[in-house]
Formats: sequence, C-alpha cells, structure tokens
Amino acid sequence: MSNTQDLLRQTGRWKRWEVPLWLLALASPLLLSGHALIINEIAIVALFALSLDLILGFTGIVSLGHAAFFGMGAYSAALFAKLVMPDPLVGLAVGIACAALLGALCSATILRGTDLTRLMVTLGVALILGELANKLDWLTGGADGLQGVMMGPLLGQFEFDLTGRTAAWYSLTVLLVVFVITRRFVNSPFGATLKAIRDNRLRAMAIGIAVNSRMALVYTVAAALAGAAGALLAQTTGFASLDLFEFHRSADVMLILVIGGVGWLYGGITGAIVFKLMQDAISSITPQYWTFWIGLFLVVLVLVGRERLIRPWTWFGKGKTGGAA
Amino acid sequence: MLTILFDGIAYGMLLFILAVGLAVTMGLMNFINLAHGAFAMVGGYITVLLMQKFGVPFLLCLPLAFVGSALLGALLERTLYRPLYHKPHLDQVLFSIGLTFMAVASADYFIGSGQQIIQLPEWLKGRTEFGDGAWMLGMGHYRLFIIAVCAALTVALQYVLTKTRFGSRLRASVDDQRVAAGMGINVNLVFLTTFAVGSGLAGLGGALGAEVLGLDPSFPLKFMIYFLIVVAVGGTSSITGPLLAALLLGIADVAGKYYIPKLGGFIVYSLMIAILIWRPQGLFVRKGGK
Repeated sequence: MSNTQDLLRQTGRWKRWEVPLWLLALASPLLLSGHALIINEIAIVALFALSLDLILGFTGIVSLGHAAFFGMGAYSAALFAKLVMPDPLVGLAVGIACAALLGALCSATILRGTDLTRLMVTLGVALILGELANKLDWLTGGADGLQGVMMGPLLGQFEFDLTGRTAAWYSLTVLLVVFVITRRFVNSPFGATLKAIRDNRLRAMAIGIAVNSRMALVYTVAAALAGAAGALLAQTTGFASLDLFEFHRSADVMLILVIGGVGWLYGGITGAIVFKLMQDAISSITPQYWTFWIGLFLVVLVLVGRERLIRPWTWFGKGKTGGAA
Repeated sequence: MLTILFDGIAYGMLLFILAVGLAVTMGLMNFINLAHGAFAMVGGYITVLLMQKFGVPFLLCLPLAFVGSALLGALLERTLYRPLYHKPHLDQVLFSIGLTFMAVASADYFIGSGQQIIQLPEWLKGRTEFGDGAWMLGMGHYRLFIIAVCAALTVALQYVLTKTRFGSRLRASVDDQRVAAGMGINVNLVFLTTFAVGSGLAGLGGALGAEVLGLDPSFPLKFMIYFLIVVAVGGTSSITGPLLAALLLGIADVAGKYYIPKLGGFIVYSLMIAILIWRPQGLFVRKGGK
C-alpha cells in the first residue's frame, strides 16, 4: 500500500526543469511584450485543452462537445460582468460554477453507451446551448454576440489594457494554479482509479471502483475547468459570441490535445503553443483556407502517427512501417 | 397538417438516403466516419456543375453523381481509410474531421462560397393539392419524386443485404473478418464495394437534396450532425432502424420548424439526447445484434 502511495507521490513531484519553465512562461509577457495578446490566447487554449485531457486522456471519454462548457463559462462570466459586477475574479468564479453545474447535469449523458453514443450526446449538448444562445437574443445578443462587456481592474489594481499584458499574466496565473491542482488530482489515488477505468472499465468495476460516480465527478471537474477557460476568454476580450459553442471549437481543442499528447498534462500546453503559432503563421499566408491545412495536418497526423511525426528519425529505422505512411 | 407530414416524410427519406451509407460504414464496419457529408457534397456539386456548365439533364445527373462519389469513395477507401479500420475511435474521428475540413476548404476554393441553385426540370416543379382546410394535402412534385426514388432504393438495399450473395458475404465479413477470409471471401473487396456504394448513396442524396437542403461549402459540417443523429438513434444493425429514425427526425424537424420556429434545431437535438440516454444503442436494435 505504502509502495503505491510513494509511486503516486513520486510521479506527482515537481521536476527540476519545470520551475524555470514556468518562470519563463510568466516572464514571457515582459520578454515578448509585443505578443502579449497571443500569449494570453495560448494560455486560455492550453487551459481548455488541459480540461479535455482530464476526460479524454485520463478517463477515456471521447467528447465532441467540450465547447459547450467553454461557451457556458464565457457567457456566464460575460453576463455577470455586464449585469452584476465587473470584478474579474468573482466573474471567473461564477463562470466556473455555472460550467460545473452544467457539467454535473450532463454527466448523466456520458455514463451509458458506446463511443458513438457519447460523441453524439456531447455534440448534442453543445448544439443545444449554441441554439439557446442564438434564440435568447434579449439576453445574449443572439447572432451579434454579447458586446460591451467592461471588466474592472484585476484585484482592484491592474487595469486590462490594450497591449494585453495584464490579460496575459492573469490567464497564465490561472493556468498555473489549475495546472498545479490538476496535477495533484490525477496523481492522487482518485486519479489512479480514473486511469484504471480508462484502461479497463469492466475490471475497474470488478475491483470495486464506483465507475459511474467517478466518471460523473471527473466530467464535472473538466467542465468547470473548461468554463474557467471560457470565462478568461470572455473577460480578456470583452466579448462572447455564438462561435464559442461551434463544432470547430471542440474539434480544434481535440486536435490541440492530440498534437501535444493525450494523457500527459503538458500535452495540452505544448499542443496549444504549436497550434496557435501554426495558426498564426498559416492564416497570415492564406487567411481563408486555413482549415484546409489544418485538415491536411490532421489526416497526416493520424496516418503517420503522432509518435513518428515528432520523431522523424524513426521513419527509416526498423523497417516496420504501417499502412499508407 | 398533412402537408407538413408529407414534407416531413420527404425530408426524412432524403436524410435516410444521405445517412444509410454512413449507417453501413459506421455500423457494420465499425468506423466512425464524420467525413460522410463530404461525399454528399461532392455528389451535389457534380450535379450542379454538370447542369450549369454542360447542360446535362437533371435525371442523368443523378446516376452520374452516384458514380462520381462512389469512385471517389473507392479511391479514398483504398488509400486512406483502410489502414485505419483497426485504429481506435479517436483516431478515426480526428482523421475524418480532418478530411471534412479539407473538403470544405477545397470546395470554397474551387467553386466559391456562395449557395448553389439547381434548376429543376419543368415537370418536377408543380404541386398537387387534395382536400381542404386543416386536412389539405399539398404535394410538391419534387418531394413526391424524392419519396419515390428513396422508397425504391430502400427496397433495393434491403433486398441486396438480405437476399443476395453479396449481402451474406458482407454480413459474414462484418461479423468475423478472419473467418470470412478463411472461407474464401475477399474481405477487402467486399469492404471496398460497400464503402463505395455507401459514398455513392451519399452523393446521390446530396444531388437530390441540393434543392431542398441548399448546397454550399459548409454542407458537410451543417448536415453531419443530422446524419449522425439518424445513425445513432436508428441503431446500426439493420436498414429499417435508420429508415424509421430518419422519418422520425424528418417529421419532427419539419413540424418543429413550422409550429415553433423560435426553437429551431432545439427539438431535434433534445429528442436525440433523450433517446440516447434512454436507449444508448439506438432505438431499433435486435437483441444480440452487433
């Protein structure tokens, strides 16, 4: 027993290279002062991917509707700021709470059925919310999006400015906090049971793990984190639109996670950096047809395999290649 | 009211033709193919281009759309899809999303992002009405035509799957590939044919539906959800499941949009979620069916 605990503690321990990495990340809005906006975006997307990783990478739930929680967080934070009070931290908490509530409600939908059923119900939830946000235009602004969200200064001190430096720090800090919490979470005994469920659900059930309640709980937590990402986006851009719920958001975040590596907490972050930089580069060349390249990239990624794509030197070794690669 | 029912049935039939190919690849071959709508779009664009640029008559365009998308499907199956049959579902989802994105962007690039309009021949444009008041039945000739074509196709498909040699080979290959191969069935060929026919049907559906559903480069993404609902709700073990699901969906959608337009797609999605929570394997599943 104590052996397992040691093991868990060890995998959860901070490695030596991680501290300077995070310091560097936190310093980046200063070092690359012209790019604070994109740093902010990367941090948000990374947080979103991290939340998807919790359910996809650690529990094995395939979801095509993760944008539902992202949008929920964004809209509730934006509405809160507009109608109640403009404090960012309280707004963030409200966004998280609303998304968590929604996640708890939806967790009933993912407990039964096959991968296909799960894909469909998660997708359906996102669609319903998108439709709702569209139709309740007296509240959400409908297809025009929710405009005029003014945020108060962070902690009463730091104004959100046009350079986006405050925004970048804000998002990075939230990302760091969430990362630390998530790491504790997946390396706890609870996290270990999640991995057991992912690897073999039947066996997990047989050794007495309450599969359903754990899946429901982790889904709720993931929803809350996605809501946090959405809230950050709405707060730092001062805008929320229907596009938040759209299918391509869910698809993009899945892609980000797969690029970076599923079931590895840094995967979402790495993926977010690669994806955002790639998007920035490609869309500055061909703004309209960026989806073509992302599609091509996906196809190649799956056919060649992620492992072999990031390690090109293995292409010619062994001679054991698969399929159309 | 009857008119709505009639339109709903026509719409459902159309969805069925679009989705039945997907039901086969997804249900029988166990491949989650989100790119199915792209084949439908190809069929639609083949029809539009042939009619506009070359003046080919509409009726001739339909089989051409079928053949065109079937060939494309066969080509892609051979080159891209086959290595993925045994990969995890996540890989299949990612791959087919990628393919869809590429198709959308390509259609946008080559043909333009505008909505395409199909000029129907004169004899399909009319409308016949019976009765009066609440029970009036107005049948657009084109919808009648769609129902006729789809009904004929359904019967033909059912016949092929249950009564012919090819059907039994397909079912055998699906149930156990290794044994089927051992019995001398060329599994690869069977799958190739099935996939091609499925894509061809999608293309035909796209060609037929271009007038009703509208055709623009976002078609695969817009209707992907509907195909998936049909397949998920109908279950994948038979032809009748998706057919009934498509009819249900078509009628619910048309009626919902007519009576409560404010809710839009809301009804359909909620209906789907409710059904899937209630019966995760789909509504019409045989006991022990795959």
